[in-house]
Amino acid sequence: MSAIPISFPGAGLRTPRWATVFAWLALLPILVAAVAPELLTSASPILINPLHALLPPGGDHWFGTDQLGRDLFTRVVHGARPSLLLGLGATVLAVVAGSLLGVLAALGGRVTDQVVGRALDVLLSLPQLLLALLVITVLGGGVANVVIAIALAFTPGYARMVRTEAMVVRRSGYVEAARGLGLPPTVLVARHVLPNAVGPLLVLATVGFGTALIAGSGLSFLGFGVQPPAPEWGAMLSEGRDFLGDAWWLGLFPGAAITITVVAVNVLGRAAQRRYTRRTV
Amino acid sequence: MSLLRRVGAGVMVLWGAATLAFISLLLIPGDPVSTLLGPATMASPEVRAQIAADYGFDRPVAVRYLDYLGTVVTGDLGSSYQLQRPVGLLIADQLGPTVQLALAAMVTAVVIAVISAVTTAGRARPVRAAAGAWELVAVSLPSYWLGILLLTAFSFQLRIFPVIGAQDLAALVLPALTLALPIAGVLAQVLREGLEAALAQPFAVTARARGLSQFAVRLRHALRHAAASLATLTGWLVGSLLGGAVLVETVFGRSGIGALTLQAVGNKDMPVVMGVVLLSALVFVVISNVVDLLHTAIDPRVRA
Repeated sequence: MSAIPISFPGAGLRTPRWATVFAWLALLPILVAAVAPELLTSASPILINPLHALLPPGGDHWFGTDQLGRDLFTRVVHGARPSLLLGLGATVLAVVAGSLLGVLAALGGRVTDQVVGRALDVLLSLPQLLLALLVITVLGGGVANVVIAIALAFTPGYARMVRTEAMVVRRSGYVEAARGLGLPPTVLVARHVLPNAVGPLLVLATVGFGTALIAGSGLSFLGFGVQPPAPEWGAMLSEGRDFLGDAWWLGLFPGAAITITVVAVNVLGRAAQRRYTRRTV
Repeated sequence: MSLLRRVGAGVMVLWGAATLAFISLLLIPGDPVSTLLGPATMASPEVRAQIAADYGFDRPVAVRYLDYLGTVVTGDLGSSYQLQRPVGLLIADQLGPTVQLALAAMVTAVVIAVISAVTTAGRARPVRAAAGAWELVAVSLPSYWLGILLLTAFSFQLRIFPVIGAQDLAALVLPALTLALPIAGVLAQVLREGLEAALAQPFAVTARARGLSQFAVRLRHALRHAAASLATLTGWLVGSLLGGAVLVETVFGRSGIGALTLQAVGNKDMPVVMGVVLLSALVFVVISNVVDLLHTAIDPRVRA
């Protein structure tokens, strides 16, 4: 569950047009489920119905029912919002924090750069999941703390990338010129440094979102994030784990939702990366 | 990089990890004695003061920091709040199963990646597209879900492997595979691209012209070049194995460092979590240095 410090899976291969189309087709219902779950299902994701416990997938219950008789399809649909929000929240937070740190390191002078650089080296040497667990030990569980934990675990990767980009820009003639014109550092950063880092940062954040989604649901799976009975994909897998012998569907559908989302996001990120490199090279 | 600088950089990372662990300890909200005693305990002020003195919570932060660094250097990681045993012993007890799992997963991942890369690199478009597709799915798989799928299929339905808890060799197969597959996806991609680059170089053409078979060129010449690109992934690999072990051990109900860590996180047993952080930094430093040395051995260009 570490950041992959390389290009996207399948880089070097052109993303076929149909793959991008399929990715959007897969993401569309998931996005609808996250924004307006009522459009896809009218049942309650929480209301229990013991008479209908552990029914296999069928006409009435597309994905079957769980040990408390709740419709699994309904729960997977309602699980989209919390699952995606965990990943999205952590990614946004990490990108912002990483950008600030990266710019600080690149433009703050040699000592700042050394200190920030060494600190990043230390954080990057530890497994991201362990960093997140360290934060959770300090702050405790819960949704907000899990978002913070994952964001902290992912920040060093973004910071290093922004620092590299900012260094390149800093050495370029036009920033030199802008500084010569007497632009204050904040304007310099906002107008010239950050816009140049935005492209690669967005591409990295796309794949980072997929990884953060896996991490967020993983921490819920471990019992630290979204708590049952609230529907969240990782928490649902954790609940269903005790019934795998009788009800394979409990282990299948919530995880499939995570994987399909991440595959689709990675395909789109890869396509974006190729578009971006074509434009700049 | 000279030996001295190498050791220096390693010490810096370890010092940083120790500092990070210490800062985390300070950041825990509330009174450390209450954290130590647990939420439901009633203790008289005298007892609390005694505990604070025993653990040194009453001393200034700077003194505690130096003291902590001093004990860590001697290999003493302190005592678990919850289990009342030295953290070093707790970790040593649980190290075996996790090392076994991580090594088995690493070997599995490398074997899968090499087979995938050697058979698909530079082939016709459909073959490469299929390789790209499996790599993409593999890296997008949450390990906890993969573990659940394998458990359902091979333990509950087909009954080939034991379900949970066992620690023998048969019980290692599914966890190792679970940990290995997402890693294999990344390694396969990097190796395949490395192989494709190497096969396009003149030495590959020369070897082929000398009469070597296509496979011999790939295995004996190109693979060696491609393997060098894996060296940069070492840190990521170590992190994935250690971090992944936490989830995989949970899914399969195995004991190990992951299970120990998880229990400590839930109990706010900070000394254990700090010990695992240090251990993980140590493993990272040692392994990345070993890989650097190996890299120097297989790639003469690095030696210069």
